[in-house]
Formats: sequence, structure tokens, C-alpha cells
Amino acid sequence: MSLILALETSCDDTCAAVVGGDGELRSNVISSQGVHDAYGGVVPEIASRHHLELVNAVVDDALRRADATLDEIGLVAVTQGPGLVGALLVGVATAKGLAAARGLPLAAVDHLQGHVAASFLRGVGSHPPAEPIMEPPFVCLIASGGHTLLAHVERHDGFDVLGRTLDDAAGEAFDKGARLLGLPFPGGPALERLARDGDPAAFAFPVARGLAGLDLSFAGVKTSLLYRVRELGEDATRARAADLAASYQRAIVEALAARCEQALEQTGLARLAIGGGVAANGPLRERLGALGVTVGIPPRELCTDNAAMIASAARYVPAQPFPDYLALDAYASGERALA
Amino acid sequence: MPTSIETETATASETEALGAQLARQLGPGDIVLVSGELGAGKTTFVRGACRALGVEGAVTSPTFTIARRYEGRMPVSHLDLYRLGDLRDEDPALLADELAADRVAFVEWPEIGAPAGLERERIAARVRLEHRGGDRRRVRIER
Repeated sequence: MSLILALETSCDDTCAAVVGGDGELRSNVISSQGVHDAYGGVVPEIASRHHLELVNAVVDDALRRADATLDEIGLVAVTQGPGLVGALLVGVATAKGLAAARGLPLAAVDHLQGHVAASFLRGVGSHPPAEPIMEPPFVCLIASGGHTLLAHVERHDGFDVLGRTLDDAAGEAFDKGARLLGLPFPGGPALERLARDGDPAAFAFPVARGLAGLDLSFAGVKTSLLYRVRELGEDATRARAADLAASYQRAIVEALAARCEQALEQTGLARLAIGGGVAANGPLRERLGALGVTVGIPPRELCTDNAAMIASAARYVPAQPFPDYLALDAYASGERALA
Repeated sequence: MPTSIETETATASETEALGAQLARQLGPGDIVLVSGELGAGKTTFVRGACRALGVEGAVTSPTFTIARRYEGRMPVSHLDLYRLGDLRDEDPALLADELAADRVAFVEWPEIGAPAGLERERIAARVRLEHRGGDRRRVRIER
């Protein structure tokens, strides 16, 4: 069976992966641009130029780690959107070039569909090659720095949006909360570490109420942390940083867990998968694990942005034959359900 | 002569309404700078403006993607320079497409710097939002 080579360049990371036609993970290369720390929490030279510099090396690495050559590739897949268009176009142009040079078909994949399809991968971690992490139907929580939504996944080639954030993404709430507590951006993981020594009941942070359906909101909880930090002043904030972090984290985790529970109830399903960078958060995993349903959590490198999930989704996307895809363009927005 | 209005809003929907009011005077090529600290309501203001421009889908924070695009009665770009930190080493053309003359562009965290394409004469308004406790915000719009 021929292999799928996928590229993903929708945000900061340049990613390439090789996946078997049966969904077996063969390689998954994520080139974190590694500038966050070096530049004190900012990301200069976002995307385009970095992607351009890295993309060929990352593709070569993905093939090498899969012990494969381009001769074995039967399909090229790429993230078409949503994301930063300049960044996406590096992946799209590279994928077109690779596919066209060999007369291969190309599959254009939606980034959100990719996060859902991470659960369809086989041969991952403790899962034997024959078994995907999860198969439809299930409810999927996608929570990252750029996206937060609940998907009803009834088939392999699309999903229905049950609810989504109306303002900030959950990962963004973690990162901006971390900055309010003086941690470097992006500070989600640092906030989680700090919270381990804190009391999650020390402060009450409001979790958005009164939102219609299964929508979410994280702008309010961020603002309430800001107000609390101001009230406390610099010294008290520093002294109570762990309590603030733990309480703030709990508010976000509880909001996500409550919506997952409602989504499961509404769909009548007892199967939940999670994806996106926030899926790496320990307390969220514990909280969802305690819901009493089957929970599928891909390993961290398949939760954050990666190309293996794009290859996985590509198995169910109609591939465009050469040369139909040469005019393919990227799209910036639209957390669209692929109905 | 630049004009400046300053007002206070009590709720997020009042902030949205101010955005909508401003948007009715915007056309292709206009750029609106939206400042204010974390949680001040920048995205809320832009959401209101986008609704008035006919954008129907979700209008959410573009912090991570840096730029979102929407289709309303005219194309709209929603930029957020928060993560850029500094534009000195940036690819000058990075955001040029987002500031093209056929679109309206809203720029959050404009104090980070001016990317290529952000020409002074195209700045249609500068909006500044400030916390006033709870959901109250002071909004200043300079045109």
C-alpha cells in the first residue's frame, strides 16, 4: 500500500509526516521554531520565512524517519487553512511542487479536520497498529492557542460543530493568564507547573455562564484574573502566584469539562477524544478521564499542530489529480464543518 | 481636523455597538488601530464592527494566527500583533496582503509596530479601550 506524505505550516511549526494508507503512523516531524525563549516570549519572523527555510529539511527528515523514499509516496497532503495565509502558502506551494514533479494526486485538508483525524491514526504509543485511537462516532474537543471547539464526529470525512469559543481560545487564555502572572509567553505549560503548588479553590474565577448552546468564552476569566492581580498588587500577586495559577487553571478546565459533559449528553455518546495543545494539560486530562466515558487522548506530539493528523484526514478527502490542484489557494478563516 | 470622541460602555454589547457605529463609516483601504491592555475589549469592539460590515461567522481573537480574514460586504482583515513583539526582524511583506487596499483592516496591539502596508494616511481611526472595573470600559475613538 502506498504512503501519504503530508505537510502542515498553518502557524509557527513546520511539520511533515508519513502515514500509511491504512492510517499507520510512520513518521511525524515537528520543527518547533524554537525562538520563543530566545526572544523573551515573542515570535519574530513568524512563519513564512522560517517555513521556507525549514520545509525541505523537514520533508527529508520525515521520509528518512519513515524509512521511505518519494517513490513509495502515492498521495501528497497539505493543510489548506485556516491559518496565517503567508505561512500556509509555503506548505501549499511545496506540496504542489512535490506532487506535480511526480504526477501524484494532492489532498487539501482543513486544519480542524486534521485535529479530529489525529484520533484515526494507528500504531501510536501503546495502541497496537491495528487499532486507531478512536473511531467515529465520538465527541471531539479541540482546544489550542488558536482554536477551541466541540465537534460531533459521526464520520471520517467531516464533523458538525456543537459549540465554539466566542472570543479567546482556551490555549490563549492559558498563555495570557501566564503573562499576567509574570510567566514568559507562551506560558501555558509554565502556568500548569506553577499551579501544582497552588490551591485551586483559593480564588473564584467566573466561568462564562448564560452562553447559548455549547459555546464557550474565555475573555471574561482572563479579565477577572487581571482585576484580581491588580487588587492584590505586585508583592501579593507574587506571593500567591501558585494559588492564582491553580484557581485560574481550574476555571478553564471546569469550563471545558462542563461543555464536554453537555456535548456527550446532547449527542447520547459515551466516547470523547481531545486534540490541540491544551490536550497536554494534566488536570484537563484527569478531569475528562473522570467523566466515566471512554476518553481517547493522542500523545502530545499528535495533539499540537502536526502533519500526521493532516495525512490521517487526507485518507478521507477526495484527492485532486495532477494538474487540477495547481491553482489551489490557502484560506485564512472559517472553522468550517466539512459537511 | 481629527475628531475625538470618548464614551463609557457598561457591557460588552455596548462596546460592540460602538464598533458597529464606527464601521458604518469605513470603506475599502481603511485601517483601524485598536489598542488596550489584555481583556480591555479589543476583539469585542472589532466583532461589533465586523457584524456591521456584514461578517456573519465567528469573530474571535487572532492572537495565535496573527491574522484572520472575513468576508462581509467587503473583505475584512483582523490582525493582532501581540505575539510579534517586535517587527524589526520581521519579513516586511508578512502582513502586506492583509493590509491591501481592497479590504478593511483592524489591527490589535498596533503599538508593537507598523508592518509594511500600514500607511499613516490610511488610518481611518484609532481606538483606545480602558478597563473601568467589571464590564465597564472607557472607549476613545480618534478619527
